[in-house]
Amino acid sequence: MDLLRLILIKENLLETTLDQLRPGQQANIVRISGADGIASRLREMGFVPGELVKFVRPAPLGDPLKCFVHGSRIAVRCGEARRVYVKPVG
Amino acid sequence: MRGCQQKAVTAMASVSNAPTHPDQTQPRVALVGNPNTGKSTLFNALAGMKVRTGNYPGVTIEKKLGTCELGDQEIELVDLPGTYSLAPRSPDELVAVEVLTDNVAAHGGVKLIVCVVNALLLQRNLFLVSQLLELGKPVVVALNMIDVAESRGIQINVERLSERLGVPVVATSAAKRTGITELKKTIADQLDSDTNEHERCRILPSEFYSAVATFRETLNSTSTKTGASESKISDLPDDYLLERMLLDRGGEPETRVIAQYGDSARVALTEIREQLAAELGDPIDIECNARYAWAREKLSAVFTNESHPSSPVTDRLDAILTHRVAGLVCFVITMFLIFQTIYTFAGWPMDLIDAASSWMSDSICAVMAPGMLRSLITDGIIAGVGGVLIFLPQIALLFLFLALLEDCGYMSRAAFLVDRIMTTFGLSGKSFLPMMSSFACAVPGVMASRVIENRRDRFATIMVAPLMSCSARLPVYLLLIAAFIPETSYIGGWLSLPAIVLMSMYMVGVVVAIPVAWVLKKTILRGEVAPFVLELPEYKVPSLAVVLSRVWDAGKAFVIRAGTLIFAASILIWFAGYLPGDHSKQYQLQTQIEQLDQSSEAAELLVVELNNESSKLLENSMLGRTGHFIEPVVRPLGWDWKIGVGALASFPAREVIIATLGTIYSLGGDAQEEGLVGALQASTYDDGTPVYSVPVALSVMVFFALCAQCVSTLLVIRRETNSWFWPILSFSYMTILAYIGAWLTYVVGSRFL
Repeated sequence: MDLLRLILIKENLLETTLDQLRPGQQANIVRISGADGIASRLREMGFVPGELVKFVRPAPLGDPLKCFVHGSRIAVRCGEARRVYVKPVG
Repeated sequence: MRGCQQKAVTAMASVSNAPTHPDQTQPRVALVGNPNTGKSTLFNALAGMKVRTGNYPGVTIEKKLGTCELGDQEIELVDLPGTYSLAPRSPDELVAVEVLTDNVAAHGGVKLIVCVVNALLLQRNLFLVSQLLELGKPVVVALNMIDVAESRGIQINVERLSERLGVPVVATSAAKRTGITELKKTIADQLDSDTNEHERCRILPSEFYSAVATFRETLNSTSTKTGASESKISDLPDDYLLERMLLDRGGEPETRVIAQYGDSARVALTEIREQLAAELGDPIDIECNARYAWAREKLSAVFTNESHPSSPVTDRLDAILTHRVAGLVCFVITMFLIFQTIYTFAGWPMDLIDAASSWMSDSICAVMAPGMLRSLITDGIIAGVGGVLIFLPQIALLFLFLALLEDCGYMSRAAFLVDRIMTTFGLSGKSFLPMMSSFACAVPGVMASRVIENRRDRFATIMVAPLMSCSARLPVYLLLIAAFIPETSYIGGWLSLPAIVLMSMYMVGVVVAIPVAWVLKKTILRGEVAPFVLELPEYKVPSLAVVLSRVWDAGKAFVIRAGTLIFAASILIWFAGYLPGDHSKQYQLQTQIEQLDQSSEAAELLVVELNNESSKLLENSMLGRTGHFIEPVVRPLGWDWKIGVGALASFPAREVIIATLGTIYSLGGDAQEEGLVGALQASTYDDGTPVYSVPVALSVMVFFALCAQCVSTLLVIRRETNSWFWPILSFSYMTILAYIGAWLTYVVGSRFL
């Protein structure tokens, strides 16, 4: 099952979460889970379904992650990134 | 004497009161915008240096007011903290919204809103603009950083944008001071036009508005049913807050209205949300989709370049500054350079202040005969206030660097780099800056914690920041190390024992801060891990005006706040050390000495006699009696009554210990430190055993490293947390830790050393 999932992600057929992307990889935002303050903060800062997001690089100790979305650079912790469902492109 | 004191107190009062009374007749204009839109720079461009800062009553939101001249009229500018949206998630954020919606009469009501938007991130910035247009207030959009946008090949059709939004749009560059005159003119025109009541923009789907109307009906009937008075009905939140109630789950409007109307409102709210979700989808998606769709529609054919051109300079700098290895190295070097510069460059202005205060003291001694008033002025006021003002250069320099780092965009990178380490201790990357500032002084450190939006993270940071060894502890360490730590060196002179002890003292605070923060986050500040979503803005050349005004504000606040407090504390300590007692013999001796040649043998004999007399007076003063009274408490730490009273006297400000010990050891308040070192080494108990040993010296140092001996810090904590609970907690836990730490040091030290 895991193998199938991996293949599907690799072929960009399955959605994954923002923290699972490779540094430099781009993806389309599918949805953001949850309906609390954090979910709306992410939306206000440009994490909008349909928008392109790029995972630039993680911080030296792996967390938080630097992303490029909606024209600006945003740092999010892995915990927040896990709520952003994406479909990789390219 | 009393007259003199009163005059001084009224003078202080007028200083602190003067800037807080705004002229009520001026129309108020609010400045709102996303963070990193150049809002502060624009505020400075509009208001110049005439800026007053304060807090809104009851919350920790900073109130920044300025006056701006628009031709023949003056307006009052209110700078609100940068925000991405008007969805209030805390009482603090609700205040900002209330200022804009004019629910609080005391705030004077805002006549017009200037929304500062970043021309590079126009679409995302329109999210906030769309919310502002719903408030029904006149809005002017300042399209800032237009010069940067144009240099990247983005052409924006300002007229078309203005037409589409239905409000005036002015292209500005606050950094280059262009478009400011036009912006002022637009604001003036808008204020002059009669239409104060603007139509509220309706951006969300119509089903949503009918749901809001239904909900209002429900609330209305609830309040009638429960027999609420007429006034309560008129207390119903206005449309904007009702809309926010439906949209923001767990938001502040929801909390407030449920507290007012009880469970029936909660039930009604859940019902209406479920109904909305069935019709339109989740409220959170309704808002997000509607606003971004609105923004896209307004911006179509307004841009020439619709892609987001990123800044190559920022990307290249970030490749180094946030790199796994190079980023950390650059970070450490930057921090080291800042501290090195603060210590090196603050030296000469500090000497200057020191020289000025001793010159003042000497001049007063030259014109006044020895007496109570002279003693009060020189030993009390000048020594006390001068001793605090001496830290002004360090504070100004520290704030200069902090403002530079923040304005150029590096500060958010520092938070990004260290966040993972700080989360281990229950803090956040944003806590780094306040903690680092606290090594210079906890007062700006606590103030700097404002950058942390999450309340629990902010309070945890404020609680541990005073544990960092501030510059006022340094004199205490240096004195005791010089007196009791032998000059042994290791590794061929590369490491010396005094340096190791000094470094250990700095480490004590850090090591203790980790479990303290951890315990706080597990107990009274327990809660979900705060989200960390931080924009890393593009690097830019810092704005001189913004940086200088930040330094000026910090310096002024330090002088006024700490100055008034230290002033009062110095007078109190002086009284406690002076009264009761007959000082006539002391004055007589002082007069005699001043008439004699200072180096003559007779004068030296008289000086010894004077010191004995002063010492006797001190021992019988309130301070001395207190010292003997508390001696049993400090005995377990290995201290005698003199150290005890010194520590007690330095609770208002820890540097007081040097002056107090100096006085106690018969050397007078302005003791030479070498002289004090000798006096400490020579001091013995009545049976001839020395008072100080290495364990005693270490125990004193550890006590000072951990104790909350700084009233300024406690008062700043009170101001920043808006409650007495936190300063009291901070004081209690630090004092208890200091006592336990000093006791452990003494007990363990006595066994092994």
